[in-house]
Amino acid sequence: MSHVPAPDRAELRARYPDVFDRPASARLKTPVMALVALAVFVFGLVDLDFSPSRFVSGLRELGWITLLMLPPDPGSSFPLYLKALGETLSIALLGTTLAAVLALPVSLLAARNVVPEILRFPVRRVLDSIRGIDTLIWALVWINVVGLGPFAGVLAIAVSDFGAFGKLFSEAIEAADQREVEGIRASGGSGLHEIRFGLMPQVLPVIAGQVLYFIESNTRSATIIGIVGAGGIGLQLAEQIRVLEWQRVSFLIVMILIAVAAIDWISGKLRFAIIGRRAVA
Amino acid sequence: MTSAVSILPRQQLAALNDTYRTAVARKRLRFALGAALFIAALGVAAIGAEVNLRTFFAHFDNFVSYFDRILKLDDGTRVWTNIGEWLWGWKKWLKLLGETLLISYVGTLIGAVFAFALNFFAAENTSPQKWLCFVTRRLLEFARTVPSIVFALIFVIAFGLGPIAGVLAIAIHSSGALGKLFSEVVENADMKPVEGVRSTGASWVSCMRFAVLPQVITGYASYALLRLEINVREASVMGFVGAGGIGQELVVAIRKFYYSDVSAILLTIILTVFVIDIGTGWLRGRLFGRDART
Repeated sequence: MSHVPAPDRAELRARYPDVFDRPASARLKTPVMALVALAVFVFGLVDLDFSPSRFVSGLRELGWITLLMLPPDPGSSFPLYLKALGETLSIALLGTTLAAVLALPVSLLAARNVVPEILRFPVRRVLDSIRGIDTLIWALVWINVVGLGPFAGVLAIAVSDFGAFGKLFSEAIEAADQREVEGIRASGGSGLHEIRFGLMPQVLPVIAGQVLYFIESNTRSATIIGIVGAGGIGLQLAEQIRVLEWQRVSFLIVMILIAVAAIDWISGKLRFAIIGRRAVA
Repeated sequence: MTSAVSILPRQQLAALNDTYRTAVARKRLRFALGAALFIAALGVAAIGAEVNLRTFFAHFDNFVSYFDRILKLDDGTRVWTNIGEWLWGWKKWLKLLGETLLISYVGTLIGAVFAFALNFFAAENTSPQKWLCFVTRRLLEFARTVPSIVFALIFVIAFGLGPIAGVLAIAIHSSGALGKLFSEVVENADMKPVEGVRSTGASWVSCMRFAVLPQVITGYASYALLRLEINVREASVMGFVGAGGIGQELVVAIRKFYYSDVSAILLTIILTVFVIDIGTGWLRGRLFGRDART
């Protein structure tokens, strides 16, 4: 039977000084970082007026509201809410499609393997700036331009997703296999041929998956832009919250949950059909 | 030079060509059907969303000129010719931006703590009971499907106007989103260390602490930092419904057509988002090496 010899601590210590005597800076790093994070947290609580009494009374109020929400009841406005939900779904679908169509050519200008760095950099920064502004802000801007209503919502979603898609698509293009492009070039294809036959077949399935995912997540975004007046179910929701009709509020929330789950399911099926099992997971 | 490609006899070639053509035709038909269906859906959606191309084109120059207008001061000069006049409210705005950052930080941290507490129950491989897994998952789903601004609207009524509502709204939404991501990390973890720890007679809590946590903690931190970036953006609009931060000032400026203020506030928001993105990217790089930066 083999026998493990007793470790010679002195020798081990001499051989691996870092393990036995970690410098104070390395040992203190984690606790100091945790302490700083906690200090900022406590400062935040104080600065944002988190008093326990206010918190508790708020929670009590919230409990009341939750009780008042049960059972969900649309009153007589169910057809109106259904129409608003349809509006929301339309906003999501149109906005995302518009954004994808506009973003595809621009994303080529933001991909390292298609254009030189000097063009890529400014395009990227513009896309970053567009993404830095929330959809709700875009909705407010578009309301100034085309007036209140769902159309402003479509344009708001289109613009803010344009920024996100530009970045995502260009990353997909950069990740594409360069050898297929070289093959097209070797057979005498022009620059456009390289993009059409070398890049696009590789990136289109990825892009289709991302677009479907965004339609799904935009169903959620489209529910909120109504709050600033850009149409859809959010408008109804904000109104009912303001007039404290809690049963209707909970009914609207349930409607949103069901719609999102349904879209989730459909887009999962579609993604499966378009890009196969692997990409779904 | 003679061609090295051998050509099949004609009948064989014709048969193969036929099969190829029918296969391609079927594929094209399916694609055309899908495209037609999609375009029909778009058409229905366009009616539903009251798309009006005439207003769009009639007012599109309005959209372009909006950016022209927000870059002009009241006296008609460009904003960058008189920075002091443009950024006249910088003290107030910086304070509100600080509040926005604090809202997102505190909200993310609370959300991450809740997500951390719940994610082991939501992950299939570590959940102690099947029904517990189901219940936690539905709970997280609810928290992340209801948009944070809807929570904010409700919390503003319960907790009163102010940043508390914003913090709690962001916390709940983040706990839902992070809980899902965290539990996915746990599901991808290697289960062999858990077996090892369990074989020493350890309880469930010790299994999680000593076998799972060391594998997943970097994933948690990385996702939490990403969430912080998203939440800074969300917190910037919490003020729209009275839940604190810079949004209040922005919505007033947009609604009352204080053009130069709109551009000034947008500029500060974009810069803050940039700084936070770069900062968290740097932090991720420091914490987990270069791979995790993207």
